[in-house]
Amino acid sequence: MLTEATGAAALASAVKPLLAVRGLEAWYGESHVLHGIDFDVAPGEVVTLLGRNGAGKTTTLKSIIGIMGKRKGSVSFDGTETINLPSRAIARLGIGFVPEERGIYSSLNVEENLLLPPQVKPGGLSLDQIFELFPNLKERLKSQGTKLSGGEQQMLAIGRILRTGANLLLLDEPTEGLAPVIIDQIGRTIAKLKREGFTIILVEQNFRFAATVADRHYVVEQGKVVDMIPNEALERNIDKLHGYLGV
Amino acid sequence: MFELLGIPPQALFGQVLLGLINGSFYAILSLGLAVIFGLLNIINFTHGAQYMMGAFVAWMCLNYLGINYWAALLLAPLIVGIVGVLIERFLISRLAHLDHLYGLLLTFGLALIIQGLFRNNYGSSGLPYQIPPQLAGGHNLGFMFLPNYRAWVVIASLVICLATWFVIEKTRLGAYLRAATENPTLTQAFGINVPLLVTLTYGFGVALAAFAGVLAAPIYSVNPNMGADLIIVVFAVVVIGGMGSIMGAIVTGFGLGLIEGVTKVFYPEASATVIFIIMVLVLLVKPAGLFGRPA
Repeated sequence: MLTEATGAAALASAVKPLLAVRGLEAWYGESHVLHGIDFDVAPGEVVTLLGRNGAGKTTTLKSIIGIMGKRKGSVSFDGTETINLPSRAIARLGIGFVPEERGIYSSLNVEENLLLPPQVKPGGLSLDQIFELFPNLKERLKSQGTKLSGGEQQMLAIGRILRTGANLLLLDEPTEGLAPVIIDQIGRTIAKLKREGFTIILVEQNFRFAATVADRHYVVEQGKVVDMIPNEALERNIDKLHGYLGV
Repeated sequence: MFELLGIPPQALFGQVLLGLINGSFYAILSLGLAVIFGLLNIINFTHGAQYMMGAFVAWMCLNYLGINYWAALLLAPLIVGIVGVLIERFLISRLAHLDHLYGLLLTFGLALIIQGLFRNNYGSSGLPYQIPPQLAGGHNLGFMFLPNYRAWVVIASLVICLATWFVIEKTRLGAYLRAATENPTLTQAFGINVPLLVTLTYGFGVALAAFAGVLAAPIYSVNPNMGADLIIVVFAVVVIGGMGSIMGAIVTGFGLGLIEGVTKVFYPEASATVIFIIMVLVLLVKPAGLFGRPA
């Protein structure tokens, strides 16, 4: 680990992590994609997984929520080992997942999409609180989910897991393909969620956006975490980060 | 009384009623198939045998246990639905990761086994089942005689079909079913028990077939082959409506029953094939079916 990273890592490890990932491996069919991912996320933290396309960031999120066919290692959420649990049981522990493609159901209207995930814990946001965050959704409740704009679909995908009471949110590229004004709105929402105590893992290609919301950044390369950069050290390590991301 | 193209009204409306009766069975059975196909992606060839089992369970309830028609109307779908749940849990679920064709072959084989067992025990000449006394007789409407039991079959079928449509399209449970049909992996990742939904949906689709079987028992004789004779037409109805389309199954079920009935009046030679002619035309013009969405 980097020298700059040591302080933040020590700080994060001082509190019991909400999520501890150790030696996580995963496969797509015969293809071995994750080769031993290790990282921690402390309660209330926002961390990002940065890396090139195909590095294994999305697969890491899918493995945490349990939708990869074959995985091994250890994923401990709030003290509960989840590696052998089905995804429905993992979600019910309090993990909410927003997939990269947003996962809006075309056969459901906006209201049905919003109300679909069951409440798994107390403390979820009410519909009014969600509409306060994303006013557009209130006006389009009866529209077919996939008829919304890309930005509105992203709001719907985030809004529906906020209802559930999940306290760890897995957001896979929430800004992908969105207009700058919508990216700002998503950024403000993530910052607000952080202030309200949500723990968030963010997969991002856009590290400039990630820098505005995250506490720490894990760099993923070829199915492994190869570096951890605290957000305050990001500027000092920008050249190295460019190297990691190939930009 | 007026005549239409030389056809007396009694003959015309008699066939229309017969078409509606057949349409009722087509609608309930194709609805069950559509529900099962929508969520499980399985073409349930056992459906005809499960319809026959519904009729037989009603017959057994009456003759062995003295349980009347009305109780059998609830009990038979429940019993046959539970058999369906066991079939899904122990057989069909094992093929879930394979191509549709394997499920089709499994359910086809099961249908042959079930029909063979019933034929072995009860023969194939058919067993009588009396119309319940409350629905005996009928009403003379002037232009036709309407038997009470047949009117009941049409009304009961409509109510069941519309109630099923309402549950699937307008309730939270229906939203779970539609979500699980569209993206089972993500739905499961929201904490919804998709395997349980799949099992219960199969059981419900089977229970619909058994319900149709009980309704049919007093009209047709209770016969091990009664489902096999009907199921090919029902598959044509499902294809015309659109595989997996709930409203498509209901509308085309009743509609094709009516078309078949009217064809019997005007051109009886074509009545057995008219549905298949329509199926061919629909497949050529709109392969996803009248109400289906292209893949």
